[in-house]
Amino acid sequence: MNYLPHTRQDISLMLERCGVTSLDDLYADVDDSLRFNGDYDLPEAMCEAEIRRFFSGLSAKNRTMTCFAGAGFYDHYTPAAINAILGRSEFLTAYTPYQPEISQGTLQYIFEYQTLMARLTGMEVSNASMYDGATATAEAMLMAVNHARRKRRVLIASTVNPAVAAVVGTYARWQNIALEVIPEHNGVVNRQEFESMMEAGDVAGVIVQTPNYYGILEDFEGWADTCHRHKALLIMNAPASALAVIRTPGEWGADIACGDAQSLGMPLNFGGPYLGYICTGKALIRKLPGRIVGATTDENGKRVFVLTLQAREQHIRREKATSNICSNQGLMALHTAVYLSLMGPEGLQRVNALGADGLRRLSDGLAESGVMTPMYPGHAVLNEALFKVNNGITPQQILDTCKDAGILAGVPVGDDGLLVAVTENQSIEDIDRYISTVKSLKQ
Amino acid sequence: MNSQLYDKLIFEYSKPGRQGFSLPKRECLDCLDSIPQALRRQKTLNLPEVDEPTVVRHYTNQSTNNFGVDTGFYPLGSCTMKYNPKINEAVAADTTIASLHPAQPTDTVQGALELYWRLQRALCSIGGMAEFTLNPFAGAHGELTGLMVIRAYHASRDDNGRQVVIVPDSAHGTNPASAAVAGLQVRQVNSMPDGTVDLDDLRSKLDDSVAAVMLTNPNTIGMFERNIPVIAEMVHAAGALLYYDGANLNPLLGVARPGDMGFDVMHINLHKTFSTPHGGGGPGAGPVGVRSGLEDFLPNPRVVKNNDGTFGISYPDSSLGRISGWLGNYTVLVKALAYILSLGKENIRMVGPLATLNANYVMESLRDLYLLPVDGPCKHEFVFDGLRDKSQGVTTLHVAKRLLDYGFHAPTIYFPLLFHESLMIEPTETETLETLDRFIKVMRDIAHEASEQPELIKQAPLTTPVRHPDDTEAALHPKVTFDEL
Amino acid sequence: MNTYYLPSHEYARIDGNIAYIGISEYAAKQLGNVVYVDMPEADTDVEAGEDFGAIESVKAASDLFSPVSGAIIEVNELLLDNPRLVSEDPMTNWIIKVEMSNPDELNDLLTPEAYAELCAKE
Repeated sequence: MNYLPHTRQDISLMLERCGVTSLDDLYADVDDSLRFNGDYDLPEAMCEAEIRRFFSGLSAKNRTMTCFAGAGFYDHYTPAAINAILGRSEFLTAYTPYQPEISQGTLQYIFEYQTLMARLTGMEVSNASMYDGATATAEAMLMAVNHARRKRRVLIASTVNPAVAAVVGTYARWQNIALEVIPEHNGVVNRQEFESMMEAGDVAGVIVQTPNYYGILEDFEGWADTCHRHKALLIMNAPASALAVIRTPGEWGADIACGDAQSLGMPLNFGGPYLGYICTGKALIRKLPGRIVGATTDENGKRVFVLTLQAREQHIRREKATSNICSNQGLMALHTAVYLSLMGPEGLQRVNALGADGLRRLSDGLAESGVMTPMYPGHAVLNEALFKVNNGITPQQILDTCKDAGILAGVPVGDDGLLVAVTENQSIEDIDRYISTVKSLKQ
Repeated sequence: MNSQLYDKLIFEYSKPGRQGFSLPKRECLDCLDSIPQALRRQKTLNLPEVDEPTVVRHYTNQSTNNFGVDTGFYPLGSCTMKYNPKINEAVAADTTIASLHPAQPTDTVQGALELYWRLQRALCSIGGMAEFTLNPFAGAHGELTGLMVIRAYHASRDDNGRQVVIVPDSAHGTNPASAAVAGLQVRQVNSMPDGTVDLDDLRSKLDDSVAAVMLTNPNTIGMFERNIPVIAEMVHAAGALLYYDGANLNPLLGVARPGDMGFDVMHINLHKTFSTPHGGGGPGAGPVGVRSGLEDFLPNPRVVKNNDGTFGISYPDSSLGRISGWLGNYTVLVKALAYILSLGKENIRMVGPLATLNANYVMESLRDLYLLPVDGPCKHEFVFDGLRDKSQGVTTLHVAKRLLDYGFHAPTIYFPLLFHESLMIEPTETETLETLDRFIKVMRDIAHEASEQPELIKQAPLTTPVRHPDDTEAALHPKVTFDEL
Repeated sequence: MNTYYLPSHEYARIDGNIAYIGISEYAAKQLGNVVYVDMPEADTDVEAGEDFGAIESVKAASDLFSPVSGAIIEVNELLLDNPRLVSEDPMTNWIIKVEMSNPDELNDLLTPEAYAELCAKE
């Protein structure tokens, strides 16, 4: 077997050194009644060519589609240079950088990542340890509850992505946190309801999202003030890419910015790996979960990087820890650092402009047909919007017809809604094909 | 490693007007301008402006300041730093996978769902469990999910007074931290001198407030928990469930299965036992398995095989809820399945015994110079309590740093907390006899240096490009972005 | 001024109705270089036995428990910029100042002699 290098002679020699005669002797302490003597329910070993054939076979059972679905995960282009760098095995096969002397590569790119994310979100500090946007938002909630000490109420806008809200709800349930939904009106969360829920007291944190689940850029003017008056933290979830052009959590006065960084060119990969991010102000740095890299100097006075503030973490705090996160999402942080370096301010703005342009063209074209019209007209959107499906046609019919044309038309919302996203990856021709396919339904 | 020559940050290459992107050239409508000013980004976006060759060279140079399994021997105890096969990467790089959106209709992702199902079945067979979820993103996330399964189980029986998790004092810090995040209190059970669970102490701590007992087996010092059937009986008699922390599963491949030992719930670190790359700390995957009767509590969404042979996604109401945005780290799962299929049913049986052989060989070759606090054959790893000769004041930290000079990664140090000078070594099964012999020779040389030239070794590392970073300064005045430098 | 201790190594130095609370010499030595003291806000209440903050060195961290109940009337702001003061002279560099609401609680605490005995055993 190509990963098991010992020859028979190696094994005999080694057994002799260990003072035993067989490999089995090394397990003399495992009682016979516990031994697994059966056969694993697995195929026999495959050679590389067979492995490739097996996975190509599986792959052939999938269908790639022109993707107009978003709902938190977006079909952005991944620059070729990223895979070239992520494939460097010094990065790929290293573990958490416990030994800074031989881990400066990992430590340095995490430091760069932290800087880039802090700038993008308009916050001061970032970690590099969140699995995805949903769990990052749950961790942000735990930060708020930990920060508030005795308060157990957390409010969440009903316009937050339901998958994110579901994960936050799971974490809240087992921690006895009272998670309450702030209702929405006409596609945006209701300000008056929010104010009165705050007046009831005992709120540790408030979770909102921008652009919200329907793609709408909500107006959160004054929300931070209300939160702070009640000593609650404002937690703002946003897809990372959009922050290049929309008002940032930092600019809204949020205490914690969190969300998924998948929109920064991470392949869709049927759900992962993606990357959650969480950024905050310096005052809350010791409440941040996960790994943080800091700059210091070595004995020659050279600028170097180390894991720092480790006393917050699970391996030291044990049951007193407020998060159990061990990983730093190294490779995905590297992806993000390379992506943002390649894109620069102009590239990332252009990515957003192309998406917004695509959505406008699609929306205009669909409006002509009358089959799909904006559900909440009058609100600003970026590259995603909720459409109302009219004329007695159902969202499912649109999805089915488009599927036949190789198009993923969006994500159904409620009985008559279809959530549609456009990125730089969908060409004018793709958009026209979507429009004409929907038009064909009318006939 | 060339960081003496190379230590810039990407920001230090930025020059206005340079670009590293390649995007469609088409004209855009003025969509962004039509967004009200108050909703737009207020501050200029400050990202580096760098060309592609500079970016590639920058990160390639950074990579050479790193040490990975492909660079050299990485005996980091409890982390199972085995070889990461390249075929795994090749099949995971499939461009079809890259383009699959989680919201695609299930009939367009049958291959992906079949892969989930096959890996679920493979892990069930390997773990002796009834069902697996592949949703958790990491080992710690798996622990949390497993504990939520246990809480959902007790809640389903209206047995709501169970708020305590028992963990051994030797446990990794993640166990108690996961318990706390799952809203449970932690009660520690003492270890015997050989690191196994003190049964009398466990008996005295089991009552109807206990939701679960979390164990690794082999334990953190690499000893097999012989009394596991007795422990399982005690735990179940108290109405609690037994949780298997899969951190140390590797030595049991081909030997024993957690399900057969009486464990009810387990997680597996695919990045340890199943060879997916650690990636500098992530992304990993922490699938959770349960015995029959607990399947209904697994997190949503779940991948199921339909009666007609197709694959689907289900959301049973009995589930503990959702713990991830979607179905976990898909490409990590692809790599784990590729590894399992490469080994096949016959070679996977050899993984545990060969990992155990390597650990025992290294242990036996060094025990005359390093203090072995617990005798007897170890499993995949073992722990020394520092050097035998401590008269010159040479500590485990010094030994670890000196290893870097010789081109090896350091073992895990100062864990477990049972000993003052813990030095935890896990060679894994993928290392050759020649590598192990070279490591043994270096460890012996270091032990001699410690007696004969203690001042030299206390200065280690001597040859790495970075030496003795000032940790205290980093924590005292945290500088965590370029803008703070 | 009398000094009392908790088994978790916090002291309360008593001046009239005021308790100065910090960590013992023994605890400071065990922790090593202190890099951060997490302190509560002044004008909040604390109960005896309740945690009111945490103290960190590079490789360790522990919660701080209050030996007495009362109102926190001041926190030692010198420690914000210079947490090392705790390592250098923990008895002078108290962490919080509490106006006691129930001085009888002092009877439940360890005397310096009893505390010294406890440390000797650890």
